[in-house]
Amino acid sequence: MELLRQQFFNIDVMVQAWPLILRGLGMTALLCLAVIPLGLLGGLAVAVASLSRSRLLRWTAKGFIDLFRALPPLVVLILLYSGLPFAGLRLTPFAAVCLAFLLNSSCFYGEIYRAGIESVGRGQWEAARSTGLSAAQTFTSVILPQAVRNVVPDLVSNTVEVVKLTSIASVVSFTEMLYAADMARSVTFNTSPIVLAAAIYLVILWPAVRLMSRFEHRVAA
Amino acid sequence: MTGFERFAESFFNPTLIGRYWPEIVSGMLITVEIALAVVATGIMLGFGLACVRSYRVLPLNAFIVVFVDVFRALPPLVLILILYFGLPNIGLNLSAFTVLWLVLSLVLAAFAEEILWAGILSVRKGQWDAARSTGLGFGQTLVSVILPQAVRLAIPPLTNRTIAITKNTALGSVIGVSEVIYQAQSAVSFSGNATPLMMAAIGYLLIFAPVVALGSFIERRFAWRRA
Amino acid sequence: MQLSVAQGAGAVRVSPILQVRGLTKRFGPLEVLKGIDFAVAPQELVFVIGPSGSGKSTLLRCCNRLEDADSGSILLDGVELMDPKCDLNAMRRRIGMVFQSFNLYPHLTVLGNVTLAMRKVLGKSRREADEIGLAALDRVGLADKAAAYPAALSGGQQQRVAIARALCLNPKVMLFDEPTSALDPELVGSVLAVMRDLREAGMTMVVVSHEMRFAREAADRIVFMEAGCIVEEGPPEQIFSAPANARTRAFVAEIAR
Ligand SMILES: Nc1ncnc2c1ncn2[C@@H]1O[C@H](COP(=O)(O)OP(=O)(O)O)[C@@H](O)[C@H]1O
Ligand SMILES: [Mg+2]
Repeated sequence: MELLRQQFFNIDVMVQAWPLILRGLGMTALLCLAVIPLGLLGGLAVAVASLSRSRLLRWTAKGFIDLFRALPPLVVLILLYSGLPFAGLRLTPFAAVCLAFLLNSSCFYGEIYRAGIESVGRGQWEAARSTGLSAAQTFTSVILPQAVRNVVPDLVSNTVEVVKLTSIASVVSFTEMLYAADMARSVTFNTSPIVLAAAIYLVILWPAVRLMSRFEHRVAA
Repeated sequence: MTGFERFAESFFNPTLIGRYWPEIVSGMLITVEIALAVVATGIMLGFGLACVRSYRVLPLNAFIVVFVDVFRALPPLVLILILYFGLPNIGLNLSAFTVLWLVLSLVLAAFAEEILWAGILSVRKGQWDAARSTGLGFGQTLVSVILPQAVRLAIPPLTNRTIAITKNTALGSVIGVSEVIYQAQSAVSFSGNATPLMMAAIGYLLIFAPVVALGSFIERRFAWRRA
Repeated sequence: MQLSVAQGAGAVRVSPILQVRGLTKRFGPLEVLKGIDFAVAPQELVFVIGPSGSGKSTLLRCCNRLEDADSGSILLDGVELMDPKCDLNAMRRRIGMVFQSFNLYPHLTVLGNVTLAMRKVLGKSRREADEIGLAALDRVGLADKAAAYPAALSGGQQQRVAIARALCLNPKVMLFDEPTSALDPELVGSVLAVMRDLREAGMTMVVVSHEMRFAREAADRIVFMEAGCIVEEGPPEQIFSAPANARTRAFVAEIAR
C-alpha cells in the first residue's frame, strides 16, 4: 500500500514535476486552441462538400471521411512527421500535429455537421428561399444555426475526444502535458508525474463528460 | 531522376516492399489480435456493467459512474503509460501487449456501458410494466424485453465508438508492442526510406476500411423505429 | 367476508376474488390513495370512473404491485399480495393487465408478444406456447396477424394483442387502464367487442374507462373515485340516473355532455 502511494501518489515528486507539467499544460492549451477551431472549420468544409450537388465533391468528401475514419490518428501523425521529410518537406512537431488533427478531426466534425444539417427539414430551405435569401444566405443564417443547435452534444463529445487526443503529440516530441509528465517520470523513475497529468486531464474534462451523460441519459416516459 | 521517380523511390520502393512485407504483415496480425481481444472483453464488460447498473444498487452504481467517467475523461495514452511504467515498480510485471489490451478494454467498456445504459433508459417505462405484469421477473424482463430494444438503439453509436477505440491499438507502438506502425518505424530507421510507412498506412486501411464500411452498413440497417 | 353484488337478476352473496382494504399510497408529499376499500366478486365487471388525477391508474397498478402501496391489504383469491413473502411474479400472472398505451414489445412478433411470458415464466415449450397463443389471438380475432410486428398493426389491433397477451396466462382478474383512450374513435368498437366477449365468458374485470355507453350496458357496478377516495359506488342505473353524491352528479353530468 505504501509502495503504491510512493510510486503513484508521491507528493514530493509531484511538487518537483509541477513547473514542468504546468508548462506542458500551457502547450496543451495552445494546441487545443489551434486544433479545435481547425477541426470545426475543416469539418464544416467536409460537411458542405459531402452535401453538395457536385458528384465529384461528394465522392471526394466521402473518400476523405472513410480514409480518416480508418486510419488511426497516431499513424496519420507519424506519416506526416516522419514521412514527409522524405518528400523534402520537414514539418515542425507543432505543424505536423496541427495538420494531422485537421485531417483527422475534420472528418469526425464533418459527419456531425452533416447529421445536423440533414436534421433540419426541407421546409426551412423552401421558406428561406421563398423570402428571397440566396442559397449561401439561407445556409449560413437559417440552416446552420439550427443544425449546430441540434448536434451540440455530439460536438461537445467530439471536442472532448480531440482534447484527449492532443496527448499523442508527445509521440513526436511536442512538449505538451503528457510529454512533460513522461519526461519527469523518466528522470524521477516514479509514475506520480503522469498520475498528476491524469488528474489535470480529469479536472478539465470531467465536467464535460458529466454534461454529456446528462444529454445522453434522457429517460423515456 | 525525375521528381516522380524520386517520389516513387522514397515512398513505394519495390525492393523495400519485398524486404519488409513479412514484418508489416506480422504487425497487422498483432493489431488484429489486440483489436479483437479488446472488442470482446470491452463490450462484454460494458454490457455487464450496464446490466448491473439497471438493478440500481446505490454503492455499485456510484462505482460504475466513477469508473465510466474516469475512463471517458482520460486519454488512453496516459493510462497506458501509467500502467506500463508504474506497475513494474510495485512488483507487477505486465507485458506491453497486456497493458494495451487492458487499457483499451477498460476504455471501451466505459463507453459501451454508457451507450447501452442510455439505450436501456430510453426504452419506455411501459415495457417494464407490461412485462412485469405478466409475471416476468426483473432479470427476465431485462434480458427478454429491455435489452433487445436497448441494444438496437445502441448499435450505431457503439460501432462508431468501437472503431475509434480499436484504432488506438496504434498507441501500443509507444510502449513497444510490435504492431504495424511499430514495425514500420523500425523499418524506416533501418532503411532510411518512407516506404514502410506507406505499407503501414495501407495495412491499417486493409484492416479498418472494411470495419468502417461494415459500420456504415450497420448504421443504415439499424435505423429502426419503435412501434 | 361476504358482500352483495348486483348481478343479473338479483343480489347474490359470494366471497370476493379481489379485495382491497385500507390502501394508501403517496408520491412524496402527494397523497394519491387515501384508504381505498374495494372488492370485486368473481365474474363481476367493475367500472372505475373519476376525474383525471384521482388515482384510478395508481389503484390498478397497486393491485398487481407495479406500484407499491404504503399500507393496506390486497387479497387475491385469499392470498395477501402485500405480504413480503408473497411470490409476486406468480401472483401477477394471475392478474392480467391492459394498458392505455398497449405496451407491446416492438422487437417481437405478435405471437412472440403473446407467448413470451408462457415460455419464460411458465416454462412451456415453444410449440405448446404457440398453440395457446394462437388460440388467444383467435379469441381477439387476430390469428392471421400472428407473424406481424406491432408497428404494422392499427392501435385497435395492438390493444387486442395486448389483451390476448394477458389472456393466455389464464388470469383470475383482468385490469384495464383506459384501454380505448389512445385509440381513434373508429377503432374503439373492436376493443370493446373483445371486452364484451370476455365478460360473456365470465372473466372478472376491473375497467378504468370513460366509455360511458359501454359502462351502462356491461358494468355490474360503477365506482366513482375522486382525490384518492371512493366517493360512491353502485349499479350503473343508480350512478348515472340518481347519484347520491353531489360530486358524482357533477362528474357524470360533465362526462355525459
Ligand atoms: N410515478 C409517479 N410519481 C409521482 N406522482 C405520480 C406518479 N404516478 C402518478 N402520480 C400522481 O398521482 C396522481 C394520481 O395519478 P393517476 O393514478 O395516474 O390518476 P388517474 O389515473 O386517475 O388519472 C396524479 O396527481 C399524478 O400526478
Ligand atoms: Mg390514469
